Amino acid sequence: MEHTPRQLFAMIEAGMREEVLRSNTFWYCVSCYFCMARCPQEVHITDLMYTLKRMAIREGYYRESTAADAPDFSETFIDFVENYGRSFELGLATRYHLRHHPMGAIKQATGIGWNLLRRGRMDLTPQRIKGVDQLQAILARAKELEAVNGGGGVQ
Amino acid sequence: MKYGYYPGCSLERNASAYNQSTLAVARKLGIGFAEVDDWNCCGATEYIAINLLPAYALIGRNLALASQLPVDPITGNNGHQPQKQLVAPCSACFLNLSKADHYMGQSPKLTRQVNDALAAGGLSYDPGSIRVRHLLEIMVDDVGFETIGATVNRPLYNLRLAPYYGCLIVRPGFHGKFDDPEYPTKLDTLLQTLGATVVDYPVKTHCCGGHMTQISEAVAHDLIRRLLKNAADHQADAIVTLCPMCQLNLDGYQDSVNKRFGTNFQLPILYFTQLMGLAFGLPASDLGFGKELVPADLALKKIGVEPPPPSTGKRQRPPKEALPMPSAEIPERARKETVP
Repeated sequence: MEHTPRQLFAMIEAGMREEVLRSNTFWYCVSCYFCMARCPQEVHITDLMYTLKRMAIREGYYRESTAADAPDFSETFIDFVENYGRSFELGLATRYHLRHHPMGAIKQATGIGWNLLRRGRMDLTPQRIKGVDQLQAILARAKELEAVNGGGGVQ
Repeated sequence: MKYGYYPGCSLERNASAYNQSTLAVARKLGIGFAEVDDWNCCGATEYIAINLLPAYALIGRNLALASQLPVDPITGNNGHQPQKQLVAPCSACFLNLSKADHYMGQSPKLTRQVNDALAAGGLSYDPGSIRVRHLLEIMVDDVGFETIGATVNRPLYNLRLAPYYGCLIVRPGFHGKFDDPEYPTKLDTLLQTLGATVVDYPVKTHCCGGHMTQISEAVAHDLIRRLLKNAADHQADAIVTLCPMCQLNLDGYQDSVNKRFGTNFQLPILYFTQLMGLAFGLPASDLGFGKELVPADLALKKIGVEPPPPSTGKRQRPPKEALPMPSAEIPERARKETVP
């Protein structure tokens, strides 16, 4: 993690926009909400980290950060959700690791992947909800509205 | 009917032991759950990192469907609007559902836009009409320690357990504070009510790493190592969890952590509902035992329970002779698990 959250927020206040969006800090945020529980000013820090992720993706700065693979994990995850309505662990891990670290894909497949499969804890094919068309219509409209908003908003 | 039920993707497969033990314990306690019809993924921690409004619309569809459930409303938190209660056993689902409802309640613009999107699918949601609750909350606050204690018939006297809350059930508390955000004790008390010894577990609300196992293994393994070491230092027989992500990371990556750090942790990671079921005298095979990767055999033997054989992952099919004519008695395994 290149900057602590305090440094990052000081950089925002100092107007260091590009340096902030190039930082790998928010990609290492695990969303544990400890910061929000502790902040005496009740700053919604976790939500701000998500906002920085979205801004770094929209403006392309994530490619210059040392965590350039991280957005693709999220994108791959939501791709399955948008197509089936449910998450699909096997597809997610396979596609993401094959694209970014093929050796890691082999390790995952022979390690945890195999272990989960042999205990009946992983599906070989994705599950599809009945209302996929309905869900896709909802998400398509939400994306149109988001484009009008310019992707703004903090939550 | 008191509660809607949102199992979430993990409970369908990876955390099926959690789903199975939850439904078994709920049956024993007479709790009825109405599952949300055709629910979709909550987006986990991924959707909102990419798109804001679509992430809320994704969750909004679940809230809209949940508000149509035949569940008796209660008087709302604010004392005005009646609310239907929706139970989520997964901490991430619990967070996302309550977060979307909370921020929609605060922002008329967000509500307008989410409803604009939902209208494309013929749905709408009125923020504040659902109260999202975690399963542990239902057990300790609604059912209560007294009733749980009275249902125990096989006390877990010989077990030393580390109560692991993880992050999202105690923080940030979008639908009210359930317990202390840094040092909660309600799971401790629940496990003591079951007869177990609860070990001191200072890291009980530290993060399991979430999706970091995929993005940065070194970071994730170190977080997992701390959680395992702390429990092992206190001679725990098992770590007790209430979240599928925590269970997966601590159970599934224990082997990798041992390899990376030269350790030899052998800690079974169990759902609190599995321990409730054991203390209630339910058979271990009805509680999803055998699906864990680090076997729970030693812990089970300590309370005199014969461990079931490890799950082979084969799906149970109804026997051929039972088809096509329906038999007079519904076989146990074919019965729909959700209590209507």
